[in-house]
Amino acid sequence: MNRVVITGMGIYSTIGKNVEEVRQSLYIGRSGIGFDPYRKELGFRSGLTGILEMPNLKGEITRRQRVGMAEEADYAYVATAEALKQAKIDNDFLDKNDIGILYGNDSSGKAVCEAYDVLKDKKDTALLGSGAIFQSMNSTITMNLSTIFRLKGINLTISAACASGSHSIGMGYYFIKSGLQDIIICGGGQEINFHSMGSFDGLSAFSIRESEPQKASRPFDRDRDGLVPSGGAATVVLESYESAIRRGAPILAEVIGYGFSSNGDHISVPNVEGPAKSLEMALKDANVKSSDIDYINAHATATPVGDLNEAQAITKVFGLKTPYVSSTKSMTGHEMWMGGASEVIYSMLMMQDSFVAPNINFENPDEFSAKLNIAAKTIKNHKIDMFLSNSFGFGGTNSTLIVKKIK
Amino acid sequence: METQEIISKINNFLIDEFELEESQLQPAASLKETLEIDSLDYVDLVVIIEKNFGFKVKGEDFAGIKTLQDFYDYIIKHAKSN
Repeated sequence: MNRVVITGMGIYSTIGKNVEEVRQSLYIGRSGIGFDPYRKELGFRSGLTGILEMPNLKGEITRRQRVGMAEEADYAYVATAEALKQAKIDNDFLDKNDIGILYGNDSSGKAVCEAYDVLKDKKDTALLGSGAIFQSMNSTITMNLSTIFRLKGINLTISAACASGSHSIGMGYYFIKSGLQDIIICGGGQEINFHSMGSFDGLSAFSIRESEPQKASRPFDRDRDGLVPSGGAATVVLESYESAIRRGAPILAEVIGYGFSSNGDHISVPNVEGPAKSLEMALKDANVKSSDIDYINAHATATPVGDLNEAQAITKVFGLKTPYVSSTKSMTGHEMWMGGASEVIYSMLMMQDSFVAPNINFENPDEFSAKLNIAAKTIKNHKIDMFLSNSFGFGGTNSTLIVKKIK
Repeated sequence: METQEIISKINNFLIDEFELEESQLQPAASLKETLEIDSLDYVDLVVIIEKNFGFKVKGEDFAGIKTLQDFYDYIIKHAKSN
């Protein structure tokens, strides 16, 4: 079995458009949340959203490469270019090696809506343009990035709701561990537009603390009232340890555990048993004890039931002495299909700089979050050798990753 | 619309939308080999022509258009009769 390491990271998010900007934001607890008045005009219950401008890729890649890219693919391109650069993978290397891509994405709503608007107006499919089909498909990120970066290995999209990004890293880990691939681009992308979020808003799952957007996302807090939708993209380059050593690539950390489970229960309401099973499986796979974990990046999205059940699952596995726990969604909002990958990067940055990013807006615990050691403020000088990151999604899909520092 | 205005409009969208250099826009240039317009680009040309000149091109009409001059002639003919 191969050891699996991370050799590159890249991110485009509401709290920073590259790894260094994000590092600063995490340390100071900066929120990326704002208010979109147009959502209210459309009848949204909540106008709260992560705020992120589109990257300008003109001049960076060709028109032919750009026209088929949906919003989330643009974000994923920027994140992936940054990750490949850090991993010291250039065009020549891409051409001569079989590099794969397993990327999380679970919607491309804006592209579908816009194509339908043109069709209604023009009544002619020939006027939809050549990019609409490639933008509309769930695999828009993998199909575009594999073309742009000329990838020749495994190439597919992981759709697992809000655990998509995490499962993509878990799947990449298994592919490399088993020797099927040496290098895989993993990650998650999430569109941030209103088109894709209306139906989710309709479930009344979003916070309506619109008067204080930056205080709206309050995971684990007693007065939380729902999540704030957000997005962007995050990429990690996974590689076999041997390949990384051979290439002289920077070895940033090692992925040592992946746990997964399905609740087999309600489509939107999580339970305790499924997540707990995922946590236990990850610890077993990593062959470590819960006491070896120095930090937990919780899935906690700030929905009343979700956070409550995750707190119980963590307590069930870790007992009453938990390591520091924080939900970075307090700053970023819920990055959904991207979140499992971005949160590995957030935790990696904490591990590199020995701090725990704050669970901002955590003012009062509820009965269950009171049992967790939640970092309400930045915890400075906290050595992290190993962290665990949870991601759970609609349909009851659960994913847990354990990553450790290379010594 | 005058002939020169049509040609100028075509050149402008080839430069703006297709990111071609002005120096590449020689009447004898082959759309496929020189300007590297591929099969998917033709789909976008249909959209751009409709937007700029108000008529819909049939995909099969492109079969006879080999050079930029052929393209100018085709648009001029249809734009003027539209």
